Amino acid sequence: MMGLFGDFEEAHDAIADIRRNEVPGLTVDDVTMTSPIEHPEVEEVLGDRPVHIQKFTLFGAIFGVVFGFIFLAAAQASFLVQPQGGKPVIALPSNIVLVYEMLIFFAVWLTFFSFIFLSGLLKKRSSLYSEKVSLDQVAIIVEIDESIGESVKGLFEKHKVLEIREEAIR
Amino acid sequence: MTMVTEKDINEQIAWAKINTDVLKSMENPRPAYWVTLAVCIAMVACAVLAEYIQYTVGMGTADLNNPHMWDMYIAAFVFWIGMSHSGTLLSAILHLIHADWRKPIYRFAEAMTTFSLLTAGIFPMIHLGRVWNLYWVLPYVSDRGIWPNFRSPLVWDAFAITTYLTASMLFLFVGMIPDLAICRDNTTGWRKKLYGILALGWIGSDRQWRHFRKIYLLMACFLIPLAVSVHSIVSADFAMSIMPGWHITSFPPYFVAGALYSGCAAIITLFVLLRYFFRFEDYMTLPIMEKTAKLTFAIAMVWTYLNLIEFASVWYGHDVYNKELLIAKATGAYAWIFWTMLFCGSVLPFALAFRKLRRHMPTMFVVSLFLNLGMFFERWMIVAPTLSMSHEPHQWDIMYGSIVEWAIVFGSFGWFGMLFLVFVKVFPSVSMYEVKEMVFHRKRSAGEEDLARMTDHAKPVTQTTGGGGA
Repeated sequence: MMGLFGDFEEAHDAIADIRRNEVPGLTVDDVTMTSPIEHPEVEEVLGDRPVHIQKFTLFGAIFGVVFGFIFLAAAQASFLVQPQGGKPVIALPSNIVLVYEMLIFFAVWLTFFSFIFLSGLLKKRSSLYSEKVSLDQVAIIVEIDESIGESVKGLFEKHKVLEIREEAIR
Repeated sequence: MTMVTEKDINEQIAWAKINTDVLKSMENPRPAYWVTLAVCIAMVACAVLAEYIQYTVGMGTADLNNPHMWDMYIAAFVFWIGMSHSGTLLSAILHLIHADWRKPIYRFAEAMTTFSLLTAGIFPMIHLGRVWNLYWVLPYVSDRGIWPNFRSPLVWDAFAITTYLTASMLFLFVGMIPDLAICRDNTTGWRKKLYGILALGWIGSDRQWRHFRKIYLLMACFLIPLAVSVHSIVSADFAMSIMPGWHITSFPPYFVAGALYSGCAAIITLFVLLRYFFRFEDYMTLPIMEKTAKLTFAIAMVWTYLNLIEFASVWYGHDVYNKELLIAKATGAYAWIFWTMLFCGSVLPFALAFRKLRRHMPTMFVVSLFLNLGMFFERWMIVAPTLSMSHEPHQWDIMYGSIVEWAIVFGSFGWFGMLFLVFVKVFPSVSMYEVKEMVFHRKRSAGEEDLARMTDHAKPVTQTTGGGGA
């Protein structure tokens, strides 16, 4: 079920009521809020939901350093067959510059891919998506059992919901 | 007496109007937009013709000969790389310091970054002469199993610019996703299909916003050191050599400051143009222009300081070649370029110190063009005099570039302008969701201040605050 609200405060209060168990059988874990702008304040009522992107960033950065150094060192090692004129085969100062670039290169790409997968992009949009969310309205989407449908509607109406839509999931 | 501060943006502006205004800009620009686009295409045509001549006749038509093997093309390359720093400054640095006035204008600055890099990338190819061998600029193993010399700053360039280009494109794209969803929901036909694909199924859920906040922060954190490293590496193309005028310790910060400076000046130019083309007076406001101009002025002073440092260290270093070159720059054949550079780069920015001028769009437009003229001359003064007056006097020569070279450089401005203008017509040049955020938070904090003021007034006066009582 989706309820569309005219402003964020009303949606926030509705989620706060769900958190206070005003509808038995419905918890904030079943709630998704969609909004035209970012509202970090909603985490006060939705609870702390973890974000793991930074782990992928760290992995990308470490991979960039390790792969970068091995790649460069392996390529430079092929110079062993050539006279070096006293210079080191694997030149650390110049490799640091290149490894630094590869650190950022892989970290940025992995951050991007992890964002796409972890934030649930590339999925088909549900019919409950309302284009008004991209304008100025805030939606609360809840996955509920049919038996508590009326209670949820009542809660939404208490907070001046503008529109309610329902979709059956089999 | 209380001083009334002019607001960066009207907080009462309706969100629906933000969507409408920005979406309308993509459909219905002023006729001047089309005229400018046509001029840019004509400039590109000039460059294509010049490149055709250079391709068929040979590199001699560009006057590229000993000792001037680089000259205009490398100066233009450095100029365009420098221009690309605007997006990083306005988007990443100001994002990290929570300067929210950047929100209506950062999108086009980021686009500038991407297109400047794409323009800069053309010059190594053109300079190759044999453009079909353009893949030679990339570090790859040859069929004899030999890799390029990783100690060369030119190879560092390839790594750094590839990384910067991909990172800045991803940064631009990620920042646009919520706006692409707005476009998807409000357009029809080919645009709806295009935005539908690019929006990646964005619905604005709390999960998506949470991850979005994190990725934007992480990418901003990476982009700043990356931008600094890119221009430091470009400076290393010169500073790692032992040529007089190039082997200078302060070159990396000098290049970075010059890059931020030309980027800021270009932001002012495009600010004025976009404000006019798309009727963005409500978003690209005078207070935001004032802040951008003040930022440019501050960077201009840093650049001036670094110039003086460079002159002083050469003068007191007593290296005869370096010193003679510096004197030749100020008094020799290139003197008019040198003094024009200093006038445009160090004197003209004082126009930005006057409020009345900062708020006059035509003046700002002209000033910003001259600032960038100064920045182009700066790059020319880095490259040409050193090649003209190196260690071997028998090689000394003066060169101002051939018509072919100038036509290609001239066309690069058209190329950049064409890409940029097409971009702002197809994609929203003002970030709709960020402007909404700006309006929302400013309205809310204004409401809280009003409430606090009303509460204070309602309180009974039981004690005095402050220590000035008689």
